[in-house]
Amino acid sequence: MVTIAETADDAVSVIRDGDTVLIGGFGMAGQPLALIDALRRHGSRELTVVNNNAGNGDGGLAALLAAGQVRRIVCSFPRQHDSWVFDDLYRRGQIELEVVPQGNLAERIRAAGAGIGAFYTPTGVGTRLADGKETRVIDGREHLLEFALAADVALIAAHRGDRVGNLIYRKTARNFGPIMATAARHTIAQVDQVVEPGDIDPECVVTQGIYVQTMVCTLSDCEAARP
Amino acid sequence: MSIVEHRDRGPLDRNELAAEVARAIPSGSYVNLGIGQPTRVADHLAATSGVVLHTENGMLGMGPRATGSEIDPDLTNAGKIPVTELPGCSYFHHADSFAMMRGGHLDVCVLGAFQVSVTGDLANWHTGEADAIPAVGGAMDLAIGAKSVFVMMNLFDRAGRPKLVPECTYPLTGLRCVDRVYTDYATLYLDANGPAVVATFGIGVAELSQRLGFALHPHTPSKMGERP
Repeated sequence: MVTIAETADDAVSVIRDGDTVLIGGFGMAGQPLALIDALRRHGSRELTVVNNNAGNGDGGLAALLAAGQVRRIVCSFPRQHDSWVFDDLYRRGQIELEVVPQGNLAERIRAAGAGIGAFYTPTGVGTRLADGKETRVIDGREHLLEFALAADVALIAAHRGDRVGNLIYRKTARNFGPIMATAARHTIAQVDQVVEPGDIDPECVVTQGIYVQTMVCTLSDCEAARP
Repeated sequence: MSIVEHRDRGPLDRNELAAEVARAIPSGSYVNLGIGQPTRVADHLAATSGVVLHTENGMLGMGPRATGSEIDPDLTNAGKIPVTELPGCSYFHHADSFAMMRGGHLDVCVLGAFQVSVTGDLANWHTGEADAIPAVGGAMDLAIGAKSVFVMMNLFDRAGRPKLVPECTYPLTGLRCVDRVYTDYATLYLDANGPAVVATFGIGVAELSQRLGFALHPHTPSKMGERP
């Protein structure tokens, strides 16, 4: 059952040193900035972070990296024009990097949430990202074995949540949110608006409340968020 | 011979190349345009083409780049540039987006490249330099996912070395995955017999073959789009 937290700081208090944390977002779209900032204040260290990127500019995920709280990052596209925080840590050997093709990253997360241990995929065959991976020819085509990527915690951003944890998203800010919500033992969603059960059309629910453990409204004028 | 040699002009510029690729996309296709130069192809698709653009961060029916008050930080393309919606667009999460791609539902994807081999191997994600930070994004998924993979690139790098090569020296993105190569100097289809020339721009086939260092054969329409 979802708990509605008073603040983002309360919401992230479950995170421990050494946890694997899925963080939603594609660049800035869908990045749960309030939760990431709260995690930085919470101070957990030795984290493994899974995100599509490795931080932009100096805020959000980049600030978490700059604070030295992340030991290892799993992502598809670390190098961007504004990824200087990561670039510097990586070049100084102060962060581990696992690069995963974006579709394999998404499917590994989805698999974890769906109870699938591993899957065969043609993506990456014949490349250096296939090194050391088990292969199998299926229907005449070579595939690689990729393992599920489960986590302790997921931090995601959604547009609106109801008091039983059902979520809907906005436009391309949806990206990794729905799959990450399924793949963590404890999913924390920051939302712009909390509404009553029934206010979200059941046909339109994207993430069902069963996947969400904690929700927090992070818009400053979000009176409806107060439990 | 079915090669069209355009010798009375120079090589294609970036916009002409984008227009050439746009002309090759069948109307009604579902298409993914890679980051960078391929994005320009969208500017040359006729509104009546019925082409539906897919962006791997979770949208079908992507519209043009957003300007002014249209800019919405929750609506971007894979290059993280603000874009707009077209009527009939839809959103989905990342696993569905790549299932759409990997599952063979996209008709065409257009990618940039560092190198393409004559057998269709693609290298476009890593320069192989020791201090380069590896970043693959969706390149490997795109390379193997779409029904047809088009590469658009300059045929020669800044040092004048061919980027269409007998064998790639840069780290690979995908094996035998490229169907067509659209370049400033020539359009080539990679069929079972090797690179087949469809058209040249500002150069003849003989000189082109000499500069590339391997034999070229004319494109035979019946073999169109055949994978090597």
